[in-house]
Amino acid sequence: MAQEEAEARGNVQIQAVHLRLGLLSGVVKDVLLSSYEMACETTVLEGSRLVIEEIPVEIYCAKCQMERPVHSIQYFCCADCGTPSGNVVRGKELEVFALEIKE
Amino acid sequence: MNPEPRMVEVRKNVLKQNDVIARALRERFRDEEILAVSLVSSPGSGKTAFLEKTLTLLRSRYRVAALVGDLATENDAERLARSGAPVKQITTGTLCHLEAGMIQKALDGWDVGKLDFLFLENVGNLVCPSSYDLGEDLRLVLLSVSEGEDKPLKYPTIFNSADVAVITKMDLAVAVEFDEEAARRNIEAVRPGMQILKVSSKTGAGMAEYMEFLERRRQHSGGLAEVQAT
Repeated sequence: MAQEEAEARGNVQIQAVHLRLGLLSGVVKDVLLSSYEMACETTVLEGSRLVIEEIPVEIYCAKCQMERPVHSIQYFCCADCGTPSGNVVRGKELEVFALEIKE
Repeated sequence: MNPEPRMVEVRKNVLKQNDVIARALRERFRDEEILAVSLVSSPGSGKTAFLEKTLTLLRSRYRVAALVGDLATENDAERLARSGAPVKQITTGTLCHLEAGMIQKALDGWDVGKLDFLFLENVGNLVCPSSYDLGEDLRLVLLSVSEGEDKPLKYPTIFNSADVAVITKMDLAVAVEFDEEAARRNIEAVRPGMQILKVSSKTGAGMAEYMEFLERRRQHSGGLAEVQAT
């Protein structure tokens, strides 16, 4: 994906990949970080950094009528008022949202 | 000249390729009026026995088929084939989960348009399958009475990717001192409002309710015509 972007932009050098990682994505930050370097070898990303922004889980709370963080990943209720909610609005992300490039 | 690096916004889902295929599968299932149901659970929680029973019961009235994923062996496909329904094994080698592309490939050459229900049995694993959409309409997560009531708290992500929880091996509940209330509480904690079914594939207890549930879901998904002769 990053390679496509680099080529589309005229073979620029990618210095860093910025990733949004939801806590419910099923992917672990440390594992991504430790495997990143190996995965990038001999690709356009060799030598680049992986910057991960972790996204906490948020639910829509019917009582507060707004998006709220959950109490914990084991307890899906509004961190503020305690109302349970299965309506997850944030926290499943696994997306590359930006690239740092040098032209 | 050595310009400073600059940030460019990309916003691309890393699992995009899987999601694109999953979306295509979901559309295909909808167009063909098939209810696709996937099963996830830890190894040994009774997915195959449950699916064998399901296929046997549904087969008298519906056209059903199954795809079953394992790292190795054709054992599960052979077991499921005893139901008389068409079954295909997907062996993943060392991969711990099914991906949408494998479903697409396995369906190649199958006339799925002739089906009412398609079941997808994932590899026994409560971790990685959470991240992969298979294009299914309904995902069931199985929890057997012998594996600990706190499984939902240990694996909240998979429970959050599923639609319905099925408690299996209910015939063993007393012997293993299964605390049903605790299991329900834990499921409710990680996924408020989640529907819970209880079954025993061995005795058949709870299977009638599960059949009714599947039939209802099939009727309600995209306003499917009832094929059952009543």
